[in-house]
Amino acid sequence: MAKEYETVIGLEVHVELATKTKIFCGCSTAFGAEPNAHTCPVCTGMPGSLPVLNKQVVEYAMAVGLATNCDITQYNKFDRKNYFYPDNPQNYQISQLYLPICRNGKVEIETDSGKKFVGIHEIHMEEDAGKLIHDEWDDCSLVDYNRSGVPLIEIVSEPDMRSSDEVIAYLDKLRLIIQYLGASDCKLNEGSMRADVNLSVREVGAAEFGTRTEMKNLNSFKAIARAIENERERQIDLIEEGKQVVQETRRWDDNKGYSYAMRSKEDAQDYRYFPDPDLVPVVISDEWIEEVKGRQPELRDEKRARYKKEYGLPEYDADIITSAKRMADIFEETVALGANPKKVSNYLMVETMHILNEKDMEVEDISFSPENLAKLIKLVESNAINSSVAKEVFAKIFDEDINPEKYVEENGLKMDNDEDGLRKIIEEVVAENPQSVEDYRNGKEKAIGFLVGQTMKATKGKANPGIINKILKEIL
Amino acid sequence: MSNVISDETIEYVGILAKLELGEQEKEQAKKDMASMLDYIDKLNELDTEGVEPMSHVFPVNNVFREDVVTNGDDRDNILKNAPEEKNRMFNVPKTFD
Repeated sequence: MAKEYETVIGLEVHVELATKTKIFCGCSTAFGAEPNAHTCPVCTGMPGSLPVLNKQVVEYAMAVGLATNCDITQYNKFDRKNYFYPDNPQNYQISQLYLPICRNGKVEIETDSGKKFVGIHEIHMEEDAGKLIHDEWDDCSLVDYNRSGVPLIEIVSEPDMRSSDEVIAYLDKLRLIIQYLGASDCKLNEGSMRADVNLSVREVGAAEFGTRTEMKNLNSFKAIARAIENERERQIDLIEEGKQVVQETRRWDDNKGYSYAMRSKEDAQDYRYFPDPDLVPVVISDEWIEEVKGRQPELRDEKRARYKKEYGLPEYDADIITSAKRMADIFEETVALGANPKKVSNYLMVETMHILNEKDMEVEDISFSPENLAKLIKLVESNAINSSVAKEVFAKIFDEDINPEKYVEENGLKMDNDEDGLRKIIEEVVAENPQSVEDYRNGKEKAIGFLVGQTMKATKGKANPGIINKILKEIL
Repeated sequence: MSNVISDETIEYVGILAKLELGEQEKEQAKKDMASMLDYIDKLNELDTEGVEPMSHVFPVNNVFREDVVTNGDDRDNILKNAPEEKNRMFNVPKTFD
C-alpha cells in the first residue's frame, strides 16, 4: 500500500514598512527614484556614520505584533548579522536576533478544511539591502543603494501549516491585517511583501519532522502554491527512492516550474551575530503599548461584520469589498457621500472587478475618486441616465476619473424621457419590423426585446427603457 | 596559555573575514586569538548569577528620529566612494544570486 505523507510548512515573511524615511537615516523610501538618489553615508555604510532609529518603524512593528496577538518585548535591541555581499555595504545587516520586538503570536485562518490557528514565533525589525543589477554584456554587477536601509519586519511563523491552501490563507490574513494597519501596501509582485517557504514532509503519524528546505523567489500567490506542490512531490520522490532530503536553500523558477539548490547547510553562512554597539536598546512602556493599541484601526474581520450589520450588505458582498483595504476605503467614502451602499457595492464588485481583470490590474491601482462614483450612482437613481450609458460613463470614471455630471452634459447622454418624441421613433421601428410585431402578437413575448433594442439603437442608447416598454405595449 | 587555536579554525575565521593570511601572520593571529580567549576565561571566573547580560555600555535607551525626510539627492558625493561608477551605480565584480 502506498504510504501517506503530510506536508509541514513554516513561513518567513518580509514586509517593507510604509515609512517616509529609511530605518536608520533621513533618506526617502519613495519607490522609483533614479539609482542612488536616496543614499547617504549611513545607508551606504561609510566609516564613522551612525544609525539613528526611526520611531515610526517601532510603532508599525508594535501595531502588527498587537494585531497578530504577539507579546511585545518591552526591552528589545538590535544585533549585527555579518556577511559580505555587494548589496550590503556595511558588511553586516542590522537585525534583531536575541530580543526581537514581538514574540509568541497567532492568527486564525480559514480554508475549506475549516478554521485553525497559525502560531507566530517572532517578528523582528531589520534593514533591507540594496539592489543588484547584473550587466548582461559587461562582466560586472551594478549596485543601486536606494533600497539599502528601507525598514523591514520579518514575521516568522511556527511550522503549523499543512497545505498550500493554508499557506495562502495565512499570507492573505497577514496581508490584510498589515494593509488595514497602513503599515505596508504588501505587494508581492513589487517585493514589498516577500515570503520564504520552509517545507518538509513526513509519513502521516510520524512524531519527528522531516528534513526541511527553504524556498526563495516566490513573487505571487500562484507561484507559492505551485512551488509548494512541486517541492512536496520532489521530497516524497526522494524518500520513496530511499534517498535523503538535503537541508538547503532552493530558488524557485516560476516560468520553468521547478526549483534548484542555491546553497546547502554545509556551506551555510556563519553570521556571527553580536549586539550592535551603535544603537541603544528600545524600551517600550505599558503606556506606549496602550497608546499604539488605542490607535489601531478597524481590521478586516470587524469591518466585514459591520458592513453586514450597518449597511445590510450580503455576506458575499462584505467579503469581497473588505478583501482589499483600498476597496473598503472607496466603499466607505462613497457611501459617506450619500450613495446607496448596495449600489456602491455592485459597482465595486461587478464593474470595477471586471475592468481590473480585463486590464490585469491590482485593486491598489484604482485611482478614481469616490465623489465621481457617488455622482454616477445619483445620476442613475434619479433616472438621468440609463444603465447602458452608466456603464460607459463608469469606464470613463475608472480610466480618467471624469466628473460624470459634466461628461453626461457635454456628450448629450441624458436619458430621453420625452414620450411624444419616443412614440414617433417607436412607430417607425414598428413599421420597419412587421415580422417581430407579428411574432409578438402570436405570443412570442421575447420579440418585444428586439423592438426595444432597435429603438435604443435609434436613440443612440439614451432612451428610457421603461418608457419604451410602456409605449411599445400600447402600440402593439 | 591554556587555549589553543587550530589551523582549521584560523583558516575558517580567515574565510569568514575575507582575509588572506601568510604563514607568519597565521601563527601570530593564532597566538592573539588564544590570549583573547584566555582573558575571556578569566572573566568567566566571576560569579554572574542573576546578572542581566549587558547590551550597551551607556545607560541610555530610546534614541529615535522622527519619520521626516532630511536627506536630499547627494549622489555626486556618494558615488565618489564607488570603486568604479557606471550608469550612476556602483560597479562591482559580477556576483550571482
